[in-house]
Amino acid sequence: MYEFDYTRPSSVADAAKARGDDSSYLAGGMTLLPTLKQRLARPDKLVDLSGLAELKGISVAGGTLTIGAMTCHADVANSADVKKAIPALAVLASGIGDPQVRNRGTIGGSIANADPSADYPAAVVALNATIHTNKRQLAGEQFFKGLFETALEPGEIVVKVSFPIPKRAGYCKFPNPASRYAVVGVMVADTASGVRVGVTGAGPCAFRAKDMEAALAKNFSADAIANVAMPAKGLNTDLHATAEYRAHLVGVMAKRAIAAALG
Amino acid sequence: MAKVSITVNGKPQSAEVEPRTLLVEFLRYKLNLTGTHVGCDTSQCGACTVHLDGKPVKSCTMLAVQAEGRNVTTIEGVATGDQLHPVQAAFRECHGLQCGFCTPGMVMSALGIIERHKGGAIDEKTVRHELEGNICRCTGYQGIVNAVLLAAKNMGLKVA
Ligand SMILES: Cc1cc2nc3c(=O)[nH]c(=O)nc-3n(C[C@H](O)[C@H](O)[C@H](O)COP(=O)(O)OP(=O)(O)OC[C@H]3O[C@@H](n4cnc5c(N)ncnc54)[C@H](O)[C@@H]3O)c2cc1C
Ligand code: FES
Ligand code: FES
Repeated sequence: MYEFDYTRPSSVADAAKARGDDSSYLAGGMTLLPTLKQRLARPDKLVDLSGLAELKGISVAGGTLTIGAMTCHADVANSADVKKAIPALAVLASGIGDPQVRNRGTIGGSIANADPSADYPAAVVALNATIHTNKRQLAGEQFFKGLFETALEPGEIVVKVSFPIPKRAGYCKFPNPASRYAVVGVMVADTASGVRVGVTGAGPCAFRAKDMEAALAKNFSADAIANVAMPAKGLNTDLHATAEYRAHLVGVMAKRAIAAALG
Repeated sequence: MAKVSITVNGKPQSAEVEPRTLLVEFLRYKLNLTGTHVGCDTSQCGACTVHLDGKPVKSCTMLAVQAEGRNVTTIEGVATGDQLHPVQAAFRECHGLQCGFCTPGMVMSALGIIERHKGGAIDEKTVRHELEGNICRCTGYQGIVNAVLLAAKNMGLKVA
């Protein structure tokens, strides 16, 4: 790692002030520190967000589940509130990486990083979450802009993420056997604003599978999407899977997610 | 440089470190606790697993300064004097190791698994899923899984 300074402020305002143009926020460090170890980035300073009380905690109120940005994956997976309100989200969190990664990695870090294979983006899109930052609120659907690209401005801090509680939802991924990242992951949610299907791992960033949504709106069952094709155009090809295989996996994971939602 | 104070295996320790010093480097080079291993540079192998306030974490993917004020337990803190911890004894009994390089991390992860299911039941599938953060190049895992299940049983969990 190159040298850097380190600071752990205790308020969001101080954190924003401490971050210079070349600095990085540090959450769980599960993505940032491996990146620094490979010398793929050279921040002058790390601003550790772990001292910010506003970024902590899980709460349920008025049909919405809210998760602080610094909440680690293990806490989401084990939370009685999450399991009761949106069990599919607890399932999703319990499948991220491995136990050690889940004890450190955070929801805020995961969505700010916007890895194309990360799990949480499928839920942010499918559940129509709201991302609360230190400056504004962003709609989940507009949050992911491309490969590792989000609507966040430089220096903007994710404070919390709120998820409207759906009638039912399911998540299923085809994990990379080494890293457990989603080769393809699909969340299917039956929500107040209709059926929504969020896909991660397949494209440059999470997106909605609208043809599947239309079919599921008429008939919420795995059979309803049996003949809905997912075009391979624009999907990712890498050493793990071709675009065609990913397109195929979207259908398979969606069917399993529907079964889980109905389960 | 930054001053860090961390309680390691029950003993308060302080040192001047660079902010970029990893927790594993602090443990191995400042405290000479070389039981914690480094097996990769991609945060995947788990050989560096220690407990931070009782929970398994990868000490190669944490800065020492992030552990300021916290409790860290390493493999050196597991046995009581010459008496092996039931998890260590089970690894010996079940041939849960060959070269031993992954073993400190495996034991720390096994302790985490048993802690998470304390007072309840555990099965082989759960053990395999929760060992996903630890890689072993020698054993083929069967002996390790058997060791975790035996230790769990000896520590009062129901083994299904
Ligand atoms: C072995 C391994 C396996 C993994 N497997 C999976 C997997 O299966 N699925 C999956 O989804 N992920 C996986 N991950 C990634 C993991 O979930 C990370 O925790 C996550 O991507 C980043 O979260 P973090 O809290 O560690 O963030 P950090 O690494 O600390 O930060 C990541 C980026 O986000 C920025 N950031 C962090 N928090 C905020 C905030 N509140 N506001 C603004 N910017 C912020 C940082 O500046 C940095 O640029 C894996 C990681 C490892 C090491
Ligand atoms: S050395 Fe820490 S995960 Fe490999
Ligand atoms: S015993 Fe050799 S790596 Fe596990």
